Amino acid sequence: MSVYNSLDSITEELRKCMKCGNCQAVCPIYKETRQEVAVARGKISLAEYILSGEMEMTEGMADRFSLCTTCMACNTNCPCGVRFDKIILAARAEAVRKKGLHPVKKIAFTALKMQRMFDFGMKAGSIFQVVGLKHIPNKHSRMARMRVDIGIGTDKVFPMLAGKSLRSEFPEVIKVNNPQMRVAFFTGCMINYFYTDIGRAVAEVLAEQNIEVIIPKGQGCCGIPASVNGDVDSARVMAKRNLRAFAKMGAEALVVACSSCGTAWKHVYGELLENDPEFKTLADKWAGKTYDISEFLIHQVPFRKEGLGRVVRQVTYHDPCHLNRGQGINQEPREILKNIPGVELIEMKEPGRCCGMAGSFSLVHPDLSVQISDRKTADIAQTHTDTVATGCPACRLQLQSGVENAGIEEEVMHTIQILAESYRAGKQKLNRQE
Amino acid sequence: MLAQEVLQELVQALGQKNVLTEQEDLMTYAYDATAAMKHHKPDVVVSPLSTEQVAEVVKIAARHKVPIYPRGSGTNLSGGTIPVEGGIVLSLLNMNKILEMDQDNLTATVQPGVIIQALNDEAAKLGLMYPPDPGTVTTATMGGSVSECSGGLRGLKYGVTKHYIMGLQLVLANGEVIRWGGKTVKNVTGYDLVAFFTGAEGTLGIITEIIVKLIPAPETRKSILAVFDDVDKAGKAIAAIIRNKVIPATLEIMDNVTIQTVENFVHAGLPLDAEAVLLCEVDGYKEVVEREAVLVERILKEEGAVEVKLAKDDKERDLLWLARRSALPALAQKRPTTVLEDATVPRSKIPDMLKAIRRIATQHNLQIATFGHAGDGNLHPTILTDERDAEEMKRVHLAVDEIFQVAIALGGTLSGEHGIGIAKMKYLDWEFGEAGVTMLRQIKEALDPNYLLNPGKIVRRG
Repeated sequence: MSVYNSLDSITEELRKCMKCGNCQAVCPIYKETRQEVAVARGKISLAEYILSGEMEMTEGMADRFSLCTTCMACNTNCPCGVRFDKIILAARAEAVRKKGLHPVKKIAFTALKMQRMFDFGMKAGSIFQVVGLKHIPNKHSRMARMRVDIGIGTDKVFPMLAGKSLRSEFPEVIKVNNPQMRVAFFTGCMINYFYTDIGRAVAEVLAEQNIEVIIPKGQGCCGIPASVNGDVDSARVMAKRNLRAFAKMGAEALVVACSSCGTAWKHVYGELLENDPEFKTLADKWAGKTYDISEFLIHQVPFRKEGLGRVVRQVTYHDPCHLNRGQGINQEPREILKNIPGVELIEMKEPGRCCGMAGSFSLVHPDLSVQISDRKTADIAQTHTDTVATGCPACRLQLQSGVENAGIEEEVMHTIQILAESYRAGKQKLNRQE
Repeated sequence: MLAQEVLQELVQALGQKNVLTEQEDLMTYAYDATAAMKHHKPDVVVSPLSTEQVAEVVKIAARHKVPIYPRGSGTNLSGGTIPVEGGIVLSLLNMNKILEMDQDNLTATVQPGVIIQALNDEAAKLGLMYPPDPGTVTTATMGGSVSECSGGLRGLKYGVTKHYIMGLQLVLANGEVIRWGGKTVKNVTGYDLVAFFTGAEGTLGIITEIIVKLIPAPETRKSILAVFDDVDKAGKAIAAIIRNKVIPATLEIMDNVTIQTVENFVHAGLPLDAEAVLLCEVDGYKEVVEREAVLVERILKEEGAVEVKLAKDDKERDLLWLARRSALPALAQKRPTTVLEDATVPRSKIPDMLKAIRRIATQHNLQIATFGHAGDGNLHPTILTDERDAEEMKRVHLAVDEIFQVAIALGGTLSGEHGIGIAKMKYLDWEFGEAGVTMLRQIKEALDPNYLLNPGKIVRRG
């Protein structure tokens, strides 16, 4: 039974918890608040009380269930193997069924569902963003802060919307001569609208491997923002739209450069569409051939080492939770970095510790999100590197905001951008030699 | 329900944000890590930031005769923090500062909310260590650990929490604050209240500051694993090691049921038909460790171990310990409820205890796995059950009763390191007799006449 359909689905998962409290050792939220409700054991108890009928699902209950970044650190530290990520999804879906969705989230997810309208809004936004955002000078990227506090403070640093979205920048099929493979690229919203530089790097690096890249036009939001907040219906609509778009174009593999999008394709779609035989089959088919870009370049099509030019960077790598614990990918990005001439990889204290972004968590709990982020920033500062690499655009946003506010000289990039940079450097050298 | 007046006074003393009153929060303080225990909702949860604030809370509670349940991380295994009579849960987690590391006197001064591992990390930076290491070292607080007098894996050589507590600051039931002990090794001024409050489970006073003894961290260590086809041989091997004047830092045992469960879980390479496995670690200066490791290896072979493995490096050491560390998790995954006891006997009686436990398991048709700190006689008979099965739970309770009877008959004790709390209250007279139980009550009533501090634990009301 899917965790999205009923709270009963997690009965066995709850039963595994022996209340030892080991989750306290690793929960980033609990470390800040030191209140039992913040940690997995507390919310597991609340879910148990609801199932036993001792308590009801209240709005207060829904608020408590919002206290989780879904970083899955508790999963890994649990001696009983409790999958708390499943529990929290089921509890949030139940909260939406019983208490409805928070009005702000409702508007947001409805917008994400209406892809064309959303796309138009983002275009308009790229023109009018100067009204609400104050540009901050930064030599690496275009960033801004809110001019007016809309409830999340004005310290948070945001990337500026790209003038042109990634998907309008590229044709639907990026042709190469005699391609060795056809690969579909699911961009995700953040890469499409904000961090188009990551998307360009993906296209560039795949072209270097002589791979034809398809960017299906019909794709939209991956649905994760909706599914993690319990808006199962919206998540299903988005999942189906993406599956249709990719089925139409076809490809030997699907790559993503965002850890949430990867989770969606690999794990979430199949479970969301469990009761829809046609789409379930399609979801499973694509799940089997979805790869994070670093995973793809290490295991599927080992990336070309000749032609890599020198990139002088001291890099520390932050593990996105949904890539590391969610998909078991942590060595692959490091492997890529270690292969780039000139790159020195220096590990930070706890590279796998959550950055505190967690999508809408950072909007609902801005103070907590910043507190968690501050610890990450301090760990980064200790490495004395000049670059932070990561594998997720959402983490990139958070890390960027953290280092900017701390005044640390550090460029935050996706691993794939550094690889693209290296291929570019290789070409430049070749050109000079010629 | 708590009078509105009490809540107002608490808010006034601590500020709104340190006083929790909503059901959804309160219900998460209704339990602790103890299995098969009824939960009880407190009326309010407060998180003071200083000794003065703790004293304020106690005074408010005393005025209105409201019970107070001090709480750290809630990881204890005796129901020690469950607010059985409602009232105030007093969380000490916001008093979490290490106040001083004193290298000259080899002490640390900490607030009660400091996590044990955090102290260890600070000590390690100075080449020192705080030896008590309960299984919950990364989660449990110093205050909770001192209140429960927790033990752990290093008890044999290094002793337990009470051997490292030099001074305490306490808030008494009337709200007065006292300091006892300090940084001096020698101190015979007055009754030894530091020892007295250590392990008092928060029933006599609330600890607000702790001075602990630190020792130099050992230079190196070595681990040895021995497999036995007979429990008696394993027991004799334990005695032989000690008789040869080797005091290992840890000396752990796992019985056949544990071995089978662990092996299926982590595949650490343990023989499934082994009756017992001993895991031993010696530590200290390199030269001493080398000598002792060879000696222990020889003794284990002489005592009839079918297999002895000496870890050559850290990687091999981790592999040996993987089996032991996985014991509880592996067992916990077998059935929904894990009743973990800590009956303790003199180490020479370990084989008798193991055999008795096996007899009890067969007799009551229960799955009981036993592992534990063989070197100090502290065993963890672990009953794998399901608390929803009323009939089986009846047999579980009978088995627990018998385990305690046997432990006491062998010259042992009800609890080696988990404490009495609610879980073992009813057995106290078996160990102390009526006169002993009465004396405990007299002490409680002398210090806390209105049963305000952690009532319903250790001592039953007269």
